[in-house]
Amino acid sequence: MIKNLYRDSVSLMQFSEKLRALEGIAQASAVMATENNIGLLVEAGLLASAVPPSPNDLLIVVAGRDEASTGAALDSAEAMLTAKAADAGDGGVRRVIPRSIQMGLESMPSANLALISTPGEYAAAEARKALQFGLHVMMFSDNVSMEEEIPLKQYARAHDLFVMGPDCGTAIINGIPLGFANVVRRGNIGVVAASGTGLQQVTSLIDRFGAGITQAIGTGGHDLKSEVGGITMLQGIEALAKDKATRVILLVSKPPSPDVMWNVLDKASKSKKPVVVEFIGADPQTITGGNIHGVKTLEDAARAAVLLSKGRALKRFSNALPAKYKSLVKPAQKKLKKGQKYIRGLFSGGTFCYETVLLLRESLGSVYSNTPIKKEEKIPDVWKSQEHTVIDLGDDLFTQGRPHPMIDFRLRNERIVQEAKNPETAVILLDIVLGYGSNMDPAGELVPAIRQARKIAAKAKRTIVFIGSVCGTDSDPQNLSRQEARLREAGVILTDSNAQAARLAAAIVS
Amino acid sequence: MINKLFEQELQVINVGLSSFAESIRQTGGKSLQLDWRPPASGNRAIGMKLALLVNDPQVEAANRTAFERFLSAQPILIGVDSARNAIPHLGERMLLHAGPPLEWERMCGPMQGAIIGAILYEGWAEDHGAARKLAASGEIAFAPCHHFGAVGPMSGVISPSMPVWIVKNQDRGNLSFSNMNEGLGKVLRFGANDASVLDRLRWLETVLGPAMNAALRPLGGVELRPIIAQALHMGDECHNRNAAASSLLFKKLTPALLKTDLPSSDLARVLEFMAGNDHFFLNISMACCKAMLDASHGVEHSTLVTAMARNGVEFGIRVSGTGDAWFTAPAPTVAGLFFPGYSQADAAPDLGDSAITETAGIGGFAMGAAPAIVQFVGGTPQDAIAYTREMYHITMGINGGFTLPSLNFDASPAGIDARKVVDTGIAPVINTGIAHRDAGMGQVGAGITRAPLACFEQAVAALGQPRS
Repeated sequence: MIKNLYRDSVSLMQFSEKLRALEGIAQASAVMATENNIGLLVEAGLLASAVPPSPNDLLIVVAGRDEASTGAALDSAEAMLTAKAADAGDGGVRRVIPRSIQMGLESMPSANLALISTPGEYAAAEARKALQFGLHVMMFSDNVSMEEEIPLKQYARAHDLFVMGPDCGTAIINGIPLGFANVVRRGNIGVVAASGTGLQQVTSLIDRFGAGITQAIGTGGHDLKSEVGGITMLQGIEALAKDKATRVILLVSKPPSPDVMWNVLDKASKSKKPVVVEFIGADPQTITGGNIHGVKTLEDAARAAVLLSKGRALKRFSNALPAKYKSLVKPAQKKLKKGQKYIRGLFSGGTFCYETVLLLRESLGSVYSNTPIKKEEKIPDVWKSQEHTVIDLGDDLFTQGRPHPMIDFRLRNERIVQEAKNPETAVILLDIVLGYGSNMDPAGELVPAIRQARKIAAKAKRTIVFIGSVCGTDSDPQNLSRQEARLREAGVILTDSNAQAARLAAAIVS
Repeated sequence: MINKLFEQELQVINVGLSSFAESIRQTGGKSLQLDWRPPASGNRAIGMKLALLVNDPQVEAANRTAFERFLSAQPILIGVDSARNAIPHLGERMLLHAGPPLEWERMCGPMQGAIIGAILYEGWAEDHGAARKLAASGEIAFAPCHHFGAVGPMSGVISPSMPVWIVKNQDRGNLSFSNMNEGLGKVLRFGANDASVLDRLRWLETVLGPAMNAALRPLGGVELRPIIAQALHMGDECHNRNAAASSLLFKKLTPALLKTDLPSSDLARVLEFMAGNDHFFLNISMACCKAMLDASHGVEHSTLVTAMARNGVEFGIRVSGTGDAWFTAPAPTVAGLFFPGYSQADAAPDLGDSAITETAGIGGFAMGAAPAIVQFVGGTPQDAIAYTREMYHITMGINGGFTLPSLNFDASPAGIDARKVVDTGIAPVINTGIAHRDAGMGQVGAGITRAPLACFEQAVAALGQPRS
């Protein structure tokens, strides 16, 4: 236990990895000594019994070959964590790194936004402080209750400030990607989205289709519930309506509660700008009217926004698989053996998973998932697929004590191998998310697992079809074209969008 | 304002995952990564309470009022009189002590020794045994000095017959008091209580006190802030080092003393005593600070810390907006250097009202001014400046009256804001002497300690919820 030393959970996970790599160490975990973390360690068998929680202290637990190696690991852990930051070297006086938002404002007096990614239990207080200093807020943190969210958003609205989030994974403000976000060309489309990966998909596709965005505002997943009333989305629409650079507004969300939906559409119709609305899973016909254009998929949303942004007329979007993918269906089907009947979708993005389930159900009937459309399609055991199964690996179930699957591919890679052993698996369907915050080389992480899966299948004289879509741009640090090329080399069939990947997979197993 | 954001350069304060700050920089934005930790030691309820107080208009207004009163204070050393005469409402069978309230049974060794000494000095008991019995009997009332506008270093014991310095804040008229410094070695404030100690106390009462009073009255008092300001330019921080301030006061008082009708033998001893005690000014420095801080106490909603004091068992603070309440935590130990033959094992926990100096922005807060004593805390002159710089982050402002040469004559940090302490986790730094844990052994070292954060967290929890 190191007293009074705070590190964020991501750096602690990276640090725990370093400890695990030490000679003679089997397991290592460095966590803040919160009640929750101590519970996890006890559950994992790394602590014999619970110790009293002390959230400001850092707890390191190691298991290893013998006392010498665990002792050495603990010593070097402590040395690494408490090593003094190198001073400026000018013999000058050591200065304190700002610790609070108020202290931060002393160094950055013109700050206009606070990006908050603390553990959820502390996030609301930090957001409140930021708002009271007149800063806009993006809350990446999740596990913030609606009881905390509502007063924050009400305060923000009263002071003409934004609260993006809580649980807002991504936003792009003034061209700067915040959180998990892609580097998207600037243009004249303004986006407001309640879903992080939904926002990433539409903005990346807008870039892929040759257009760009003004702002991409995230609202967080609770914003459109009737308790919150869509405060941030309504503010976002209003701001984009006033924004001279924005020609088209694009809204993305799961279907809101009816009262909120009405308010959102009312606000949208008053914007006097074309508004594309993707309420994922809702019937576009019920939304379309006047300046509002309902669409069915995230890809259609991006296409519609791009057309409108160029002043072109909207066409009706077809549900059919485009010709360039149709030709891939037969060759893929030929590779499959009789027993290979099912799609196994392994997703890192919640909205990609959700959209996939919706689209697959249209042609395949029941699709099992940990985030099902219908209760009876909830998968009984998330660790074991049955029939058509689509899993969101970003679910809290999987992320307790480990990084998000967009960063850490171990869990998904293990599952790819597991699905390859199953004789019923026909298609493994993947999403690959690029951008800041995500793994710096997703193709490099996935390809070895795909190769291993192919080998396992080949031994049983089977071939598995891999289908995926990469969400990203060429300006992303990972580079879209390079990532796509390496996945294609490994035999993965890639489509431009998540929706087309789902439709192609469905066509192959139909 | 939202649309204004779209026209501004995005500047982000990043609270949490540092990779987000990096990606903002990589894409051409500006970001500042905080060295964040959960405020209020992770207590969510206090953390949220704190958030509601931060930059709140009502709290800010209250703090402006309180801080303004603190800065405008003009403490004048006006005279010396017996505690009985000088301190309003002091009981006849009452002993004042340092720090927050505590009962006889819980007092540390040095404080019990001082109490026994004071009982003998007052003649309330014949011998040590009887004095101890009387102290435990409940017949003597014990109260913190702070409850009577007084402050005392170490055990801080003040009894009715003892002479006290009287300081008046010319700005608002409030009075403050402190006992007279006995020098080093066997002294009451460290719990010594033998005949030599009692003899000296009687001499303070009958000779030194009246002599000082006789010198001060014709002068119309001595303004204290200019002395402290000058001493800060001469290597004092006016808590652990008072060599310069004591000399400056000596210069002021000697001509006045010579004009009194004091017998020359007394005069010689008085001058000798003053000249021989580098801490002669400490108690006056403390009373000065007390007068400044009392002026700012009692402003509703103000988060200004108006007292930090230790009784050897507990560390306690008071805050302007929370009235008479004390917020306490176990007194910390002091990390420091020990005189030859002593070690940490001999040290009593932190003791005395002298942290009133830090509360007023000198002492540890002005460490940068006193490189001569920085070795007590095992550091370099740079470290001393770093301590002072750190304190700017938890204070409301600066005291233009007290400037620090080593900081390029920047004004010293002043006015501890309980909110900032809890929000940053930066605890006020205190320079202090270390008492032996047993009564009467005296000072065994000096060093540095920090006020416990728990005191400030309780204060934030107790502060009134603002309207807004």
